Amino acid sequence: MKIAVCIKRVPDSETRVRIASDGRSLDEAGVKFILNPYDEFAVEEALRRKERAGGGEVVVVSLGPAAAQETIRTALAMGADRGVLLQADRIPADGLQVAKALAAELEDGGYDLILFGKMAIDDYNHQVGPMVAELLGLPCVTAIAHLEVENGKGVAEREIEGGVEVVEFPLPAVLTADKGLNEPRYPALKGIMAAKKKPLETKPAAPGAGGLEVVALTPPSERKAGKIVGEGAAAVPELIRLLREEAKVL
Amino acid sequence: MSNVLAVLEQREGALRKVSLEVVTGARRLADALGGTVEGLVLAADAVRGADHLGSVGADTVITLTNAAFGRYAPEGYSQAIADRVKAAGYGAVVFAASATGRDLAPRVAARLGVALAQDITDLAVEGGAVTVTRPVYAGKALQKLKFTGKPALVSLRPNVFTPVQRPKAGAAERAAVSVAAGRVVVKQIKAAPAGTLDVAEAPIVVSGGRGLKEPANFRLLEQLAEVLGGRAAVGASRAVVDAGWRPHADQVGQTGKTVSPTLYFAVGISGAIQHLAGMRTSKVIVAINRDKDAPIFKVADYGIVGDLFEVVPKLTEEIRKLHG
Repeated sequence: MKIAVCIKRVPDSETRVRIASDGRSLDEAGVKFILNPYDEFAVEEALRRKERAGGGEVVVVSLGPAAAQETIRTALAMGADRGVLLQADRIPADGLQVAKALAAELEDGGYDLILFGKMAIDDYNHQVGPMVAELLGLPCVTAIAHLEVENGKGVAEREIEGGVEVVEFPLPAVLTADKGLNEPRYPALKGIMAAKKKPLETKPAAPGAGGLEVVALTPPSERKAGKIVGEGAAAVPELIRLLREEAKVL
Repeated sequence: MSNVLAVLEQREGALRKVSLEVVTGARRLADALGGTVEGLVLAADAVRGADHLGSVGADTVITLTNAAFGRYAPEGYSQAIADRVKAAGYGAVVFAASATGRDLAPRVAARLGVALAQDITDLAVEGGAVTVTRPVYAGKALQKLKFTGKPALVSLRPNVFTPVQRPKAGAAERAAVSVAAGRVVVKQIKAAPAGTLDVAEAPIVVSGGRGLKEPANFRLLEQLAEVLGGRAAVGASRAVVDAGWRPHADQVGQTGKTVSPTLYFAVGISGAIQHLAGMRTSKVIVAINRDKDAPIFKVADYGIVGDLFEVVPKLTEEIRKLHG
């Protein structure tokens, strides 16, 4: 089974966000970058599918700066076979441009499955995976939390409001992973050492700006300083009064 | 003049509430662009509630029917919408950032070859261009984006665009549409127990964390949700979901759901940044925690420092009295 996993290098969610002097981007000084957590589920799923099939290849693809090589190495340390970095200094805000660059790389790869995380935790954009599927004309199921594959057919489950959709699809297909799909492994020392020797190809990429322009990046509006209503159960009547009369939400 | 298409959602033939919010967002854009709002719902048959959308801002609501459209049909839906957008031309297309909308909008955007901004919390028209705002970096920054092409595709974070009533009727139309057979088919919907509200869409969320001490104690939060009269859902922090106390569907936070209810109760939740990422756009936040230094109190509008096992039952009792 040949599987591609598209991953993204993102700032750790613990990062203190400082806005760069251009007023439109993140000041990356001192920021720790990680493999997007949802992409870990995708990498793990690819490894399990390959193991279960008793053979195949897991190829990790990322669009990003040179430093994204480290992110790819993390996935290789988990067990992926090789990596491809589509090197671009800037990732456009328009996800379709990212999707086009990835689709061009994946198009002739002969993949049975192309996996993504359901979203990246930096921009919350939820879109590159299904866009790649459309560009390649492949069936796609997003935000899956359960997957079964047999005889060229798949059944996936995805959470919807108040329930779970059970979705059937043929392979090859594009899937995006939600939490709950699996429990990603930690790279073992042996894997980390092996990853250093695995092939990692770098290709220049020049995604266009597309149809979106970042106007500004600003701190969120500070929430008005709240108040401690009181201590213990004795404070409950006052809380209810405030919720009714001041906040008017009860 | 530029019209706006509002992509609405139905389940089992009834319009979903989030559709009212989509019409509301679309109305704001249409007013600024000097156009009309056209609602579009895809279904197997007539949709209950579709003819009432005039009152929140739809000029027309069109139901496109197809035997395959009872449940979400990703390929058929995206084809029907993309075809309509190509034929009619719109200044903007508005979706809900729901499970369906988040899946559907990127497919339509790719078919049209245009940009999409998902999960937005604000929108406007400036100098003729659609601009949107969305939280990024775990809610620690807001990104403002401008669309440089047309149509602008956006999906709206649920519970943010509050419907405004206006005394105007809209027209309703219905037409059959044919699409290619889909390869991706929703075979079944395993529904949550009847009456269960999803945390992402509930107007009130009562969330619990490790402070609850054990899974059975979530009963206290369920009781509080019950007395809030069917408007409340019970949420959970990552810690208790990872511990297996609560299902992932209930998780609020970075690796769970992003919620914007009118009222959010954080009970026994310390307020890690990943949790705040999922609930900081709530309108009113109430925190109940023993630790007066817990970070949750920094974002809470109202806090009670104390033992939740005393505070929550008292709260439930007082609210029950209130509703008689």
